Amino acid sequence: MSDTETAKLPKDLAADKGMVNVQIDGTWIQVPRGTRMIEACKIAGVEVPHYCYHPKLSSPGNCRMCLVQMGMPPRLAPGQDPEYNDDGYQEIGWMPRPVIACANTVAENMGISTKSEIVTKCREGVMEFMLINHPLDCPICDQAGECRLQEFSVEHGKSESRFKEDKVKKPKNVQIGPRIRLDDERCIMCSRCIRFMDEVADEPVLGFTERGTHTTVAVYPGRELDNNYGLNTVDLCPVGALTSNDFRFQMRTWFLKETKTIDVNCATGANITVWTRGNKIFRITPRENNDVNSNWMPDSHRLNFHHINDGARLTEPMVKVDGQHEATSWQLALEGAADALKQFDAKEIAVIASARQTNEELFLVRALAAELETEALSIVERIGESDGKLISADRNPNTTGAKLVWQNAKPASQLESIREGVRKGSIKAVIALGEDLTEEAGFSAEDLEKLELLISSNILANPTAQASDIVLPGAAFSEKRGSMVNITGRLQRLNNACVPPGDARDDWMLLRDFVLAISGEANSIPTLESLFNALAENIEEFQGQTLSKIGDLGVQITETGETIPLLEYEKARKERGEIVG
Amino acid sequence: MAIKKLTRPKLTLSEKLIFPTILKGMAVTMTHAIKSVLGKTKAAESLKGSGTGATMQYPETKWDDQLPEYYRGVPALVTDEIGRERCVSCQLCEFICPPKAISILPGEIPSDDEWAKVEKRPQEFDIDMTRCIYCGMCEEVCPEQAIFLRQDYAVTGTSRENMVHNKERLYEIGGVREGLVNKWNEVK
Repeated sequence: MSDTETAKLPKDLAADKGMVNVQIDGTWIQVPRGTRMIEACKIAGVEVPHYCYHPKLSSPGNCRMCLVQMGMPPRLAPGQDPEYNDDGYQEIGWMPRPVIACANTVAENMGISTKSEIVTKCREGVMEFMLINHPLDCPICDQAGECRLQEFSVEHGKSESRFKEDKVKKPKNVQIGPRIRLDDERCIMCSRCIRFMDEVADEPVLGFTERGTHTTVAVYPGRELDNNYGLNTVDLCPVGALTSNDFRFQMRTWFLKETKTIDVNCATGANITVWTRGNKIFRITPRENNDVNSNWMPDSHRLNFHHINDGARLTEPMVKVDGQHEATSWQLALEGAADALKQFDAKEIAVIASARQTNEELFLVRALAAELETEALSIVERIGESDGKLISADRNPNTTGAKLVWQNAKPASQLESIREGVRKGSIKAVIALGEDLTEEAGFSAEDLEKLELLISSNILANPTAQASDIVLPGAAFSEKRGSMVNITGRLQRLNNACVPPGDARDDWMLLRDFVLAISGEANSIPTLESLFNALAENIEEFQGQTLSKIGDLGVQITETGETIPLLEYEKARKERGEIVG
Repeated sequence: MAIKKLTRPKLTLSEKLIFPTILKGMAVTMTHAIKSVLGKTKAAESLKGSGTGATMQYPETKWDDQLPEYYRGVPALVTDEIGRERCVSCQLCEFICPPKAISILPGEIPSDDEWAKVEKRPQEFDIDMTRCIYCGMCEEVCPEQAIFLRQDYAVTGTSRENMVHNKERLYEIGGVREGLVNKWNEVK
């Protein structure tokens, strides 16, 4: 008897850890108490098809696609002791009717079956109902290729329709906002978009009207879906009912290459996927990272990439000869720049860098300033207003990085004195890296004219490039590799989705060669990895990190005390049990 | 591998003498020569030969009216019986095309267009005939029955650009097809 007393039952072992035992398709696993059945299946590696369920939204359970068969131990008669089999589990009594996996939680000794006949039949039936009024739009639908309806009808549907009657007609091609098009015939009433606008975007403009098969998603009369987070509904939509105007009919999704990188429009550094074909960016979508941007990103940031494709890009290094820019080679441009700088006293030179540059670039900028022996080194501040969700007040993506890499709590503090110096004439040569000085930096065209030497690197032919004596074409964020530190102190990685146009170069190479041209030393930084390693050796916070260690989701390297409001909001919702998270 | 030893064939006396064999060969040649002069060769009828042997005197004589229905010539776009261009630029042909001969620039149909309800059509549709291998995958994959391999086979051009069939040229070759796709009709 002593044996049975010491050997604990699986239920007790699990209970000690706050877990429960669940049998999923015949395999027993332990999952945390209170887990939704659908999440338990995910843990077990079993996919449960679903439309309306989303971990970051409430679960209304209205699509019925996630039906599974559930079983519990039979209820005991009064005074009856539970019977355990050899493995220590009670026998499961399977229920004859299915339950939805998305809104039910697991219990001790529960059985879930996703492969039984009843489940297969249910899925087939639900798919058939979904497709009754669905138009045959796939050839013109932007969702094709990433459409849940397509995927699940292949996996779980019937190959032929039994519906001979006329399909219900609904509004098609409706402009419901400046950036979004709605096709009601394609809609399957999962209500994800409605819940998103209500719960996350906090502007509940969407809702259902009509009843039965005529149920239609619509915008509140007199309103538009113009919220700055509206395009997330397009990502959420499991079918092609909501599509983006910007991406409309641009390219089929199966041609696009996905590159994981980060957004550079504000200090949050939302994780994104850049979708490219050839060297052209077609769209940008948010990528899940529960420590940065959850699953969302603002429209203003998402759509800010067209200048990379179509803008007036600088494609070759240029030198101004008699007031005219002439294309030249990299070697000549950099040597020319180094020679020109040597004619100035160290006090007459200023370096204006950008907090839009990566850590590696900023590290090289510091080396550049050290080589020139100038003290005048600054970034340009961009302060806007936080929207209380994901957009940070700091619109520079790498201010934290600049602080760490330069070991300077106020990396933008010298800009004012540089500006004064230029106006007074004490600063005669400026190196502007990745910044248009006539914008946030606050220089006027006259200020730039006063300069005896202006060297700039940028991606677009802007007024600063126009005024520059030497122009060095750089790379856009989608063409760069490197790392940045976001507002919370998280080190994240940029990956290149495209290559820079023409002769333009990734900025770190440009800076490396610039530093080498000035110092006259041989190249000891062959790759970005070696540059990062040099950075990691020099800066305490980066110690032990490598580019590959950063991974797709980044690593926390310092605590700044800043938080991202939307994440705090979602954390609170998760604690209240409103969302799975 | 087993080794098989071959023995030389035993020659007859006439073969050993060589000349009778030469004469034999010449007789065969002469028979054909005479037949072709009289226009009585075997292939004259069946293969539409010129009469001088089985050889067709291309391009003076051509196969064209003999081509079977299923002949796979150049791929081309078709319009339907009411003049709607069938292609909706779903780009499946571009995707499936093994030599990557097809390139499509999709575009939206303006809302004042007669076929605005179709929403999408190609702005540009190019098939590079120097790349095309006439495999017919594009025809097979097309969900709108918009691209067909027609009976034209002689594609010539004086430059590479010349060999790229643009949308206009493709519709010119393709012509009109009737039936098959009804989903964009007025009643639907």
